[in-house]
Amino acid sequence: MGFQAYVGQGWVLSKLEQLINWGRSRSPWPLPYGTACCGIEMMAALASGYDMARFGAERPSFSPRQADVLIEAGTITKKMVPVLRRIYDQMAEPKWVIAMGACACSGGVFRTYSTLQGIDQVIPVDVYVPGCPPRPEGLIYALLQLMEKIKQDHPLYPQLAELKKGV
Amino acid sequence: MDFQERVKACVGDDLVSMTEFRGDVSVTVPRTRIVQVLTRLKEAEGLKFDFLSDLFGVDNSALGKGKKKGKKEDEEAPAAPKPPRYEVVYLLLSIEYNHRLMVKVQVEEGQMEVPTVTSIWKAANWPEREVFDMFGIRFKGHPNMKRLLMWDGFPAHPLRKDYPLEGEGEERRLVYGDA
Amino acid sequence: MSRQLDAQAGHGTGDFVTINIGPSHPAMHGTLRVVALTDGETIVEADPEIGYLHRGVEKLAENLTYHQFIPITDRLNYCSAITNNVAYEMAVEKLMGIEIPDKAKVIRSIMMELARISDHIVCVGILGVDLGAFTPFFYLFIQREELYEIFEWYNGARLTNTFGRIGGVEADLPEDFEERWRRLVPNLRKAIDETDKLLTHNRIWMDRTIGVTAFSAEDALNWGFTGPCLRACGVKRDLRKDEPYYLYDQLSFEVPVGKHGDVFDRYMVRMIEMEESIKLVDQLLKIYKEFGPDDPLMAKVPKVLKGPEGEVYAAIESPNGELGFYVKGDGSDKPYRVKIRPPCYMVYQAFPELVKGEMVADLIACLSSLNIIAGELDR
Ligand code: SF4
Repeated sequence: MGFQAYVGQGWVLSKLEQLINWGRSRSPWPLPYGTACCGIEMMAALASGYDMARFGAERPSFSPRQADVLIEAGTITKKMVPVLRRIYDQMAEPKWVIAMGACACSGGVFRTYSTLQGIDQVIPVDVYVPGCPPRPEGLIYALLQLMEKIKQDHPLYPQLAELKKGV
Repeated sequence: MDFQERVKACVGDDLVSMTEFRGDVSVTVPRTRIVQVLTRLKEAEGLKFDFLSDLFGVDNSALGKGKKKGKKEDEEAPAAPKPPRYEVVYLLLSIEYNHRLMVKVQVEEGQMEVPTVTSIWKAANWPEREVFDMFGIRFKGHPNMKRLLMWDGFPAHPLRKDYPLEGEGEERRLVYGDA
Repeated sequence: MSRQLDAQAGHGTGDFVTINIGPSHPAMHGTLRVVALTDGETIVEADPEIGYLHRGVEKLAENLTYHQFIPITDRLNYCSAITNNVAYEMAVEKLMGIEIPDKAKVIRSIMMELARISDHIVCVGILGVDLGAFTPFFYLFIQREELYEIFEWYNGARLTNTFGRIGGVEADLPEDFEERWRRLVPNLRKAIDETDKLLTHNRIWMDRTIGVTAFSAEDALNWGFTGPCLRACGVKRDLRKDEPYYLYDQLSFEVPVGKHGDVFDRYMVRMIEMEESIKLVDQLLKIYKEFGPDDPLMAKVPKVLKGPEGEVYAAIESPNGELGFYVKGDGSDKPYRVKIRPPCYMVYQAFPELVKGEMVADLIACLSSLNIIAGELDR
């Protein structure tokens, strides 16, 4: 019905979408979830010197309800898995995840009985930041990449993304 | 009297063996006598081991296997009487005299129970729980003998030598409604 | 004291509420969890749960060679990775009977003192943040970045340094290290001073820290406290003085002690230690200058390290307290068993005792002042 009858969007909707994307990508409020060493580098990225707030990540939001981007910095152990999943479930849509550090990406050096081998086994990840730990610049670059990704979203017409993939 | 003599005198009849390696003296005492020995060591004049620095377990079942890797013949050698599999090590320190001592008890596989020393040092609380968690050795009289590092319901004792490094596929999932 | 009164008065209704704090609470440093039974605002009982960052380090050690384990020790106390490296190397060197060259000892000591400063900066900064004082955090972190740059300049990593090798250190200090250090010192002193001015005599700060979670020296020893937390209770114990390793017996420095063992004393001890560490680095640099550029940095170490059969325990004074490694060798190239004695493990287990009868907000203050680093707590 209505605009959905067209394949693609009209001018108004696509402009509106651009506006929304512009808004979303310019203020990704992070939920800093630092569990280990990478958390310290994440702190450095948020503190003076690197100041991630310059890119719109102004307000670290410690409540998952008000956050847009989950920055998972550090090792996730198997004991922690339910907690991480619950935090992700609590975040409101739209939500994105940055996996910071080798541990979050793949388990890193800890190939042991108690470490989760990559958080993508539990929650979907948008941007991976390799490194042990990544430099703060790495995290900032990941945030910029995420912004690019958000800009290509279709918030008003989610099927379009699927359609595009199909073509 | 030098240090070792004094320790020997203090441990007295409970001494099973005493070794020294690179300046670290360690004594082995019977499993059931550990509380008495440690109390004596804590109070003895000239020793005063009043600080429990650490407490942990060791699994000796794979001792000596690393060396012989690849050599099959050795395995057939007549086995000496097997020493007990586990060891609990108490690291003591004397604040006053600045010396250290390792006290060990040996734990057989069938009798996985050691008297707790939490009555002497409160510091033994978590380390004892950790030993239980990692090796399955129970401490008799401990106020809260639960797992410490792994979650409740974890099926194995990971620091045992026969447990693989990468685990046996244990998982913990989120179940809604669970605490 | 009014605090005691409050605690007794509570709400007195017998309505106890159990609250869960963490593990993803911003003040719980990511991985700590405390279940507290409260009566009104007063904590009746607290039960910390740990293990959320248990990564199996000790098991991993048994499966890696002696050298391969050094990078893993970085990830224990990640605020001062260098001290962990050195502690482990010391234990292995003791096991193998290796005596390292004097120059390596000096370089190790210099780097360890720098790591101590950077660790205390994190602790004091976070303590400030958790109590609502954001500014010192920023002041201090600018200087910490400088320290990290020095580390990076020396061995290429900011945080996880993998410093030193078994038998010595891998590289000499960079040429103009001293110049760089001289440039940093005034700024560092200024930042510490500014923090001191902002916090120490600040009315709010004093109200929130003095007398909070005070602990007696006797209890502290019974619970196995070491490091700044023990010194805050009034026990003058510092492994650098009491069981001097490396060249610490030739250096002069003060060991600050507190009186009451409360949050304020812990904070003060850390602040003074930073100052002392700066002085220590100056003295060490003086000694360092006596060495020529060609003096050896490594002792003679075989290519494949094989630990003898035997067991040793070696400890150093890490920023948090006594950090010890028990290493048992069995004649192969891998350690048979490694046990880490993390300082904050012992401190944190006394947590229920520390916060009993305090307010919920004091729990946060206490936790940050203990400087619990989950990496070494859970291993
Ligand atoms: S990736 Fe490296 S630095 Fe980051 S949490 Fe894992 S071990 Fe620590």
